[in-house]
Amino acid sequence: MRAEGFGEPQGGAPRIRDLVAYALRLGDDALVLAQRLGEWSSRAPELEEDVALTNLGLDLLGQARALLSYAGEVEGAGRDEDDLAYLRQEREFTNCLLVEQPNDDFGATMARQLYFSTWQLELYLGLRGSADPTIAAVAAKAVKEVAYHRDHATMWVLRLGDGTEESHRRMQEGLERLWPYVGELFEADDVVDRLVAAGVAVDPAALREGWDRHVDATLAEATLARPEGRWHPGSGRRGLHSEHMGYLLAELQYVHRLHPGARW
Amino acid sequence: MSERGPAPSAGWPLWEVFVRARRGLSHNHVGSLHAPDAQMALRNARDVYTRRQEGVSIWVVPADAITASSPDEKDPFFDPAGDKAYRHPTFYDVPGGVQM
Repeated sequence: MRAEGFGEPQGGAPRIRDLVAYALRLGDDALVLAQRLGEWSSRAPELEEDVALTNLGLDLLGQARALLSYAGEVEGAGRDEDDLAYLRQEREFTNCLLVEQPNDDFGATMARQLYFSTWQLELYLGLRGSADPTIAAVAAKAVKEVAYHRDHATMWVLRLGDGTEESHRRMQEGLERLWPYVGELFEADDVVDRLVAAGVAVDPAALREGWDRHVDATLAEATLARPEGRWHPGSGRRGLHSEHMGYLLAELQYVHRLHPGARW
Repeated sequence: MSERGPAPSAGWPLWEVFVRARRGLSHNHVGSLHAPDAQMALRNARDVYTRRQEGVSIWVVPADAITASSPDEKDPFFDPAGDKAYRHPTFYDVPGGVQM
């Protein structure tokens, strides 16, 4: 058992709380985006894309399972991955706002995929060297998956941007609509700062250069304009979500809450 | 994008997919799929046909680039080989140690 909840913690306790928080953030990002991609099941433009999108979702679900299990284990309060995925409330989820945004049309989904998987790849590349062996191992496995996610999104953004007038318009609209949620990805807070100092986390600001390089090159080749808006809300890591999150969780958690502890 | 590919019919064009299961084997035909161009066909093939580690290499070919023999020509094409047993290398003694 690990010490938790003793006011001003001594020794390893703050580090444990930070580690739990960090694993939950990464796990929630993956879980919520997996749910969004799963919504494309049977609705994608073609059967092949249906399989592709749900495959990406399953990769993310695997990452979420590893990270949420680890968060529960480190927390030491007896919560497993299912408890954390299905029994927390909206305010307890600390995913970024980008992943909870609705799928909208295929262009917007690809914009979200390009923004997120480019960031996630930079992040996991850095986390392979984490001082925490479990985080490092999850990152090392996920790098290959996420490299494909970024490639998939890049291929589509190029084709839709440099496709027909209609596809170009929709792709640009998707990029603009999701742009405000990009800024949050590169923000740090006290939790991240302490974990960066301990060598566990990577500094989010340091991911920006690689992200800019890939996204800018992709948009330029796709004849799309990089959005310029400066407003960006950044409250997901504090559990304050957009209005879409409650509906997402209702669908995600409904069956588990209706049949607590059910197994097959 | 100006990838060469088959002319679109309804929806995306059809591609035939060949997968090499492992090094040393040849590519085998595993099925077909739809994709807007060759690069996307490769990726779709990866997702549809190799999600359970079935392969180490993929080829995609526009379905209309394949010229197939016609069932109508089956008799003149294949039957004449039926009674040419001497074409099979079964009349030789194979020295021990030769790999077949």
